[in-house]
Amino acid sequence: MLDDFFARALLAGIGVACVTGPLGCFVVWRKMAYFGATLSHSALLGVALALLVNIDPMIGVLVQCIVIVPALLLLERHSELSTDSHLGILAHGTLALGLVLFGLMTWVRVDLMGYLFGDILAVSKSEVLLIYVAGSVVIGALLWIWRPLLASTVNHDIAAAEGLRPDRARIAFMFLLAGVIAIGMKLVGILLIVSLLIIPPSAARAMAGSPERMALGSALIGILAVVSGLHASKWWDVAAGPAIVLAALIIFAGSLLPLGRWLTTASVRPHAD
Amino acid sequence: MVGMETDGSRHQVGPALVEARGLGVRRGGGWIVHDIDLTVRRGEILTLIGPNGGGKTTTAKALLGLIAHDAGSVVRSPALKVGYVPQRFAVEWSLPLDVPRLMQLARPFADAEIARALEQVGAAHLINRQLKHLSGGELQRVLLARAIIGRPDLLVLDEPVQGVDYPGEIALYNLIREIRDSLGCGILLISHDLHIVMAGTDQVVCVNGHVCCSGLPDHVVGNAEFKRLFGAKGASALAVYHHVHDHSHDHTHTHGGGVASHDPDIRVHPTDPATATAEDRDAG
Repeated sequence: MLDDFFARALLAGIGVACVTGPLGCFVVWRKMAYFGATLSHSALLGVALALLVNIDPMIGVLVQCIVIVPALLLLERHSELSTDSHLGILAHGTLALGLVLFGLMTWVRVDLMGYLFGDILAVSKSEVLLIYVAGSVVIGALLWIWRPLLASTVNHDIAAAEGLRPDRARIAFMFLLAGVIAIGMKLVGILLIVSLLIIPPSAARAMAGSPERMALGSALIGILAVVSGLHASKWWDVAAGPAIVLAALIIFAGSLLPLGRWLTTASVRPHAD
Repeated sequence: MVGMETDGSRHQVGPALVEARGLGVRRGGGWIVHDIDLTVRRGEILTLIGPNGGGKTTTAKALLGLIAHDAGSVVRSPALKVGYVPQRFAVEWSLPLDVPRLMQLARPFADAEIARALEQVGAAHLINRQLKHLSGGELQRVLLARAIIGRPDLLVLDEPVQGVDYPGEIALYNLIREIRDSLGCGILLISHDLHIVMAGTDQVVCVNGHVCCSGLPDHVVGNAEFKRLFGAKGASALAVYHHVHDHSHDHTHTHGGGVASHDPDIRVHPTDPATATAEDRDAG
């Protein structure tokens, strides 16, 4: 089955969606969409550096993201600028540096579009395996830090006062996000990966009554987007990554429709006030 | 703690839970608070009062280790279990959270424990609600239930009567005393509501950048700097203090948890001349 490129793409996409859904919920809850975009933009620099020293681009991206997290934390502490300015500076600075490096490396033939917008139909067997191994590690770690991370998302001071060490959970979460961007890059590219972190949770919000159900719902919606997006790309011969994002967008739009609203209100018990 | 009990006392006061000596917090070149000395003991309600911007919340946060202090020392007893109700609690809309899930924020609890904690604060009927559907007063009660469900050693309540109407406030302060009596915990209470604070507190520390006065409620009310800070309201607070301590000692310990607002004695207070300044009680 894995000899078929379409089956490999489906499997890879489903694996990525299972991870981006739950992790994306925290991105939405903690309002970290721009942080995610910064990590992913800087990933291009990671790819360029990986090609420069001849290692797997995914490893390069992972290392790059892991370096950028402490850089952000440092900048946050020692600067007067607001966080979103820092993120903007790092996001576009690293993206520009990555693009320049790509241009200078005349000796390697690289598919820049593939890195920017994804190349899931070209995913190899070993890459599928890597997605599932790394994805399992990320999900396992997320489950491990779930309670303190959720508590600190609800209220940082309560979590800190009651000994849940919210800062440790927050930093661990940033590294997990770096990992997800590294494995999701192949699927939809560095410019679209954040959409897989934001759109499925936003669509799941309308139907979820608890954080855990919202995380599960986001994973399922992500899977639905991958399956329908890939099939759409096959039928209409359009780029697979953008098709997946568009499928997610259509599901999100559907969640805003009266049916989605009706499900929301139906899930809330009536009460007299 | 059992050995500390003495006949005739309303409650037992135990060892220090958290102690600050010469505590100071500096931000942007100036001291927010400095030279704060205070000790919260088991079985005792210590109330921080003072004007807005006087550093009450900063002091509490430094005591809890939520912010670093720049001078002095803070000693918390080892393995101190804290229950905290912060001054601000905003529910992010995108995060679906119902009352039972909030109750289990720090660790899981059995359904019966959740129901009992909610019942203790008179919020049993809120058990299936989503947080975003709670009123301000309901949210305060649920947050209080959440803070006590883990049976903390130290309960820190930062302005717990926000969004609660006046009779509800008295009920809530009675409730806080009941929690102290049933859990035997120490309570650090922050309030700018002088009237009711005076009625239910063992020790008052007035903070305005520094400790301007501290001690028993009637001692603090007699202090010159307190009078300057709070003026006539401070004097009427003393009246309430005496009023409550003369008349309502027995009822505060006879009614059950959660029914405090139905206590007929409490409804008398809003018409009491001594509380005529209730409308401007938030201005302090």
